[in-house]
Amino acid sequence: MSLIAAAVVAAVAVVIPMVYVVVRALERGWGPFEATLWRARTLQMVVRSVGLAATVTAATLVIGIGAAWLVARTDLPGRRFWRIALGLPLAMPSYVAAWGWIGWRPSLAGPLGAWLVLTTISYPYVYFPVLGALRRSDPALEEAARSLGRAPVRVFLGVTLPAVRIAAVGGGLLVGLYVLSDFGAVSIMRFEVLTQSIYRSYRASFDRTPAAVLGCVLVVLSLVVVMAVTRVHHRARFDRAGTGSSRPAPPITLGRGSLPATLALAGLMVVVFAVPLRSLVLWLDRGRSQTDWSQWWSATTSTLTIAAVAAVATVLVALPIAILSARHAGALSTSVTGLAYAGHALPGIVIALSLVFFGVRFAMPIYQRLPMLIFAYVVLFLSLALGAMHQAIAHAPPILDDVARSLGRTQWQAWWSVTLRLSAPGIGVAAALVCLTVMKELPATLLLRPIGTDTLATRLWSHTSASSYAAAAPYAATILIVAAIPTALLSGVGARDPSADEE
Amino acid sequence: MSECDGRAIEASGLVKSFAGRPPVRALDGVDLDVDAGSTVAVLGPSGCGKTTLLRILAGFERPDAGTVTIGGRSVATGNIHIPPERRNVGIVAQEGALFPHLDVAGNIGFGLTGMPRRERGRRIAELLELVGLAGHQRRRPHELSGGQQQRVAVARALAPGPAIILLDEPFAALDTGLRASLRDDVAGVLATTGATAVLVTHDQTEALTMSDTVAVMRHGRIVQQATPEALYRRPVDLTTARFTGDVVVLPGRLRAGVVTCALGALPADADSSSEDRDVTLMLRPEQIVIDPQGATSATVGAIRYEGHDALVHLHVDRHAMLARWSAVELPALDDVVTVAVKGTATIYRRVADEEV
Repeated sequence: MSLIAAAVVAAVAVVIPMVYVVVRALERGWGPFEATLWRARTLQMVVRSVGLAATVTAATLVIGIGAAWLVARTDLPGRRFWRIALGLPLAMPSYVAAWGWIGWRPSLAGPLGAWLVLTTISYPYVYFPVLGALRRSDPALEEAARSLGRAPVRVFLGVTLPAVRIAAVGGGLLVGLYVLSDFGAVSIMRFEVLTQSIYRSYRASFDRTPAAVLGCVLVVLSLVVVMAVTRVHHRARFDRAGTGSSRPAPPITLGRGSLPATLALAGLMVVVFAVPLRSLVLWLDRGRSQTDWSQWWSATTSTLTIAAVAAVATVLVALPIAILSARHAGALSTSVTGLAYAGHALPGIVIALSLVFFGVRFAMPIYQRLPMLIFAYVVLFLSLALGAMHQAIAHAPPILDDVARSLGRTQWQAWWSVTLRLSAPGIGVAAALVCLTVMKELPATLLLRPIGTDTLATRLWSHTSASSYAAAAPYAATILIVAAIPTALLSGVGARDPSADEE
Repeated sequence: MSECDGRAIEASGLVKSFAGRPPVRALDGVDLDVDAGSTVAVLGPSGCGKTTLLRILAGFERPDAGTVTIGGRSVATGNIHIPPERRNVGIVAQEGALFPHLDVAGNIGFGLTGMPRRERGRRIAELLELVGLAGHQRRRPHELSGGQQQRVAVARALAPGPAIILLDEPFAALDTGLRASLRDDVAGVLATTGATAVLVTHDQTEALTMSDTVAVMRHGRIVQQATPEALYRRPVDLTTARFTGDVVVLPGRLRAGVVTCALGALPADADSSSEDRDVTLMLRPEQIVIDPQGATSATVGAIRYEGHDALVHLHVDRHAMLARWSAVELPALDDVVTVAVKGTATIYRRVADEEV
């Protein structure tokens, strides 16, 4: 009962901003609302946002599934290296990558540049869940197909792909949401889509109704995707029955295919990293003398502190919801999960806007203070944490809790020593993901940070908007370094699952 | 635990329904008594409620009505519900359910809290020896075969010295040869430790070979609780008879303890006082033997060869029946043999369209 109550409270809390942006949009009645809604410009923004999200998602599915299969199932040389390297783009904030590309080829500005940057950055959202699904799925099916005379390629299409479909679709939908809510890359690529449109109309005039209306449009678009995500996750409820513990799969021999495969992955890494890093090194070298190191130090420490607090807060809020959705299927559990995912539907810019409205009117004591910012992060990244945590908890068979209780543990002790212990890697992944994403988050941080506090992201932003690339470089470099640590941990977790440590 | 006399488990009037349309009545007034130190098999087809019964005994479900007493202590009545962790009940789940994050020693030692390290290690070694896996402490569950996983699961359940141990279809996932040997080993372990055990199974061989008494369960009720021999020889009804083995069912006429049928006049195990009446009688196939002095001739139909013996289809008059004969001297197809019946026939009330 207390579990359900906690889950409901958490889910309702994160919905406040979504409801409030609608309230704010309709404050002056239907007239101004419709006036903004039916402008040709609004339609254009919608088409652009949806088009960008669709094309990026398609590209990330191909890259993410292909890379995960090579790493999880084949004898590709240097798999350990690739497994970690392929996850690293997650550490690259979209605006840093965009800044790097445009610093190299200014002509890339526009839709193509935005597509390129967002694809290279967001494919890990597909790669990680598919990698996880491949490692969990029973290789016996694939072996059976091989033994029936199917070539590896056909096994991949006919057996492997269906087995990871749910993970891939879930990841692809997250990419769609990510693109819909991206603010940094499209701003720097000067490709105006809904998010940037909202920011501009918020900044441009005292009448903030148009910004709220555009916010509603973006929320609706995202909700469509979120509903799809919830359906996928609902369908993915499973407990691994089967014979005790899964057996590691023997790798598929690539043979002559290993050279092209290696080249493909290497090419991907060049596109993802070489170009932005080249710009980074170049500008870092030029900008050394201009850096104010005490400013830099305070931005670094506040970024780390805020991200750590946000990660802990988010995981704690996500825990009851994840347990509910993994263990107690039903109407209540579905709606609570849906609400929690709705938080992710709210792009940072909309959350920020809504919390500004809400804070000014109802919560002045915490407005532009740390709790408000942390709350915004929890709302934004709850779904990120839930994805990983739900999977992990759904994966620990409930019978193990029963056994633990029969051996003298109370319900909570059993939970602690078995289910939580088994899902700890997933929960760790969730915390790392949140931490990482908070460090990179731009729009909400920009609008809600405590007065006088600057994070690495806001410093970088204030410098790039002034086109002082050199001054931005140290912050970009620090973000990359700091963000690489949880990413490496994240990639390492997969290597330590119990089924893989056969020495 | 000591091999004390008396009842280890007394369950009476257990009722449990689950929500649904219509609600599923999983248990419909179940009574089950288990003597201390004995093994009871709960035998029934899937969906008969046997797993629900087990979960109620373990404390994972609360009965809607009825009481459960374990070792003289009331653990479930109207308002008392002792949680699983305080019942001192060990469980062995289907497919073992070992903790994948712990090695064998960690699994077996899981319930040995508050025990000094050395003693704990000794107890684990002792249990591993008992289940025939000495020296396997450091293995991980996924490195073990299915049978080994089950042995560890048994050791784990026994480790804290539970008052009773519940086994839920523990051998269902294993292949036949392994199942038989593991069955014997586990029965041996249970006997050695003097544990009181409840085994839930749908496999009649498993139930008959492993237990001191068998409780046959059907539609949420226990229809018969008896020793394996009594159950096999005198099943309470024909459905139970068929569920516990092959049968020969014939129409007959009962009079003063003798039943007359296609196989001649046979002694009946029913009360002899009753007057003349039409009955249905049941024999086990091994009761029909080849006997040159026999009074009945039978034609041999199909022969199902099973190695050590064979099931032979016989025709006597218009009745088809089965006989189980040693494979050493089998008749050929269409041979005519004379047969006799050993032992008594079990008598049931005549059922109208009883197919024979």
